[in-house]
Amino acid sequence: MTIRFSFGGDEHIFGEVSESMSLEAFFTSLSMTNAVKAAGIKGVTEICPANASFQVKFDPDRIRPGDLLKELQGMEAAASQSDASLQTRIIEIPVLYQDPWTHETLMRFRERHQDPTRTDLEYAAEINGLGTVENFIKAHSSQPWFVSMVGFVAGLPFLYQMVERERQLQVPKYLRPRTDTPKLTVGHGGCFSCIYSVRGAGGYQMFGITPMPIYDPNQQVSYLREEMCLFRPGDIVKWKPISRDDYDAALEAVEANRFEPVIRPATFSLSEFNNDMAGTNARLMEALHGR
Amino acid sequence: MAVKVISPGLSTTVQDLGRPGYYHLGIPLSGGMDRFALRVANMLVGNDEGAAVLEAVFTGPELEFTAPATLAVTGGDLPPKLNGEERPGWEAFPVRAGDRLSFGFLKSGARAYIAVSGGIDVPVKLGSRSTYTLGALGGHEGRALKAGDELPVGAGKAGKGSVPAALRRMPGSPAELRMLPGLYWHRITAEAGKRFFADTWKVAPEADRIGYRFKGGTALDFVPREQPFGAGSNPSNIVDACYPYGSIQVPGGTEPIVLHRDAVSGGGYMMLGCVISADMDLIGQLQPHAPARFVEVTMDQALAARADRQAALARVRDHLGR
Repeated sequence: MTIRFSFGGDEHIFGEVSESMSLEAFFTSLSMTNAVKAAGIKGVTEICPANASFQVKFDPDRIRPGDLLKELQGMEAAASQSDASLQTRIIEIPVLYQDPWTHETLMRFRERHQDPTRTDLEYAAEINGLGTVENFIKAHSSQPWFVSMVGFVAGLPFLYQMVERERQLQVPKYLRPRTDTPKLTVGHGGCFSCIYSVRGAGGYQMFGITPMPIYDPNQQVSYLREEMCLFRPGDIVKWKPISRDDYDAALEAVEANRFEPVIRPATFSLSEFNNDMAGTNARLMEALHGR
Repeated sequence: MAVKVISPGLSTTVQDLGRPGYYHLGIPLSGGMDRFALRVANMLVGNDEGAAVLEAVFTGPELEFTAPATLAVTGGDLPPKLNGEERPGWEAFPVRAGDRLSFGFLKSGARAYIAVSGGIDVPVKLGSRSTYTLGALGGHEGRALKAGDELPVGAGKAGKGSVPAALRRMPGSPAELRMLPGLYWHRITAEAGKRFFADTWKVAPEADRIGYRFKGGTALDFVPREQPFGAGSNPSNIVDACYPYGSIQVPGGTEPIVLHRDAVSGGGYMMLGCVISADMDLIGQLQPHAPARFVEVTMDQALAARADRQAALARVRDHLGR
């Protein structure tokens, strides 16, 4: 993979590792941004890895754009050969699929949807050839997902499904973005799922909602005291379908600040995953459930 | 010393020069949209140039002061009134305890910067006092001001002086926004690229601190391709990537959106390039329906324009004896 570099105005360099999404492209992007960080280049102010690309923001008063570009190009060979493995975490996210709040919202924006006669889940099940919503939820929640980018809004994770490409769920974004999405909506667009960390505009299809906060600007939530944002690129997520009663109980625990998320250390190696996806995912589930 | 909010105006927020370093988490820079006006307002009242001020958009707030201070209002022409009496913008003036500041109707521009000697002293969050309303972070309780709010003000030094019109900067009509093509520019046809620069666009009603939408130009024609895996089916879709500040995305190929200080940090729409850093302030002074054109520049021209803006700021410092 040869990185395509382009300047974003006079303050950014954009590097596209690949036009299409893959974990290989993600790991090259992550290696590049780690190398930029480690190099401590003067004038670099923001280093942002993304799914299959990355961005470096710089102060052109401190480093000439062409000089920074040369430095980045010099890191490319090492980054593309680096060992694609991580010490990371697996995080369980409880999800109430087909919840009343995203349902109310999606009904309000039906005219912006590909299929105004059906819900987002019904549409997603149909176009992925899964027949029923129940089958779709099973396909969505049975295998883990990989956080390949954090952003859009504060702390929002983009999640890439850890299954063979032909099994990956794909759904187009809304024809025109909504002006509203409930906070903590579990959404999906292209091949990515996401969790909307805050209420606001959005174009992803809406499948459900989690009671578990993932961003806290006040740093009061017990597990968000150190960092406002829960997710980092490289985290692994397992959705756990829950009932309305479970949701209400979890929300009560969140409000009393005694909600305990299930977060366990895990290791991930891309070559191991590519050789044996089912085995890798089974080991991740063992790490999650402490067996 | 405190500032009491009698009425907040349409959307008045606390802003400084922003919060760098957290964009990789989706937390944008924030800060004044017209940084030149923000810096000058602070200079006039004797503050550090990056002190926190109030940014008002389209309509001004009504404020009351609990102790003597120096004020200055810069930016768009939103005429300040002290106890009902009009005062010039871009000029320092004293207030006494109990005085009230209000505003007349906006005559030009879009945003005014209200600096108080000592600076608005809300808590620093992640290194800045700027308000990021979408993330409920910073500023006063992470939101735009409301009636009844009371904002602490730091200890100030005396400021004085005024800045003549020749040293200020406002967008022309049409506004000329210089942009460096790049990023996914190759996705549109050469003909579409020519039309993009030839068209005069208009600011759409959807124009805020996150981004400015433009309408009224020609829809883009894309170079045909099979959409890459994970991008989505529309030719304007890409695999979700980072969005630079000033980047011009075109969802569906129809209406360009220029991301500004509260930018969403990434997403799945192709971008044509970026408005250069020197012209970001101008966008902050555009009202809905204002005409605008995009003007192609090279990197060398972008850097020269940036140096020009720094020289303009240096002239204001000289003029004010700072």
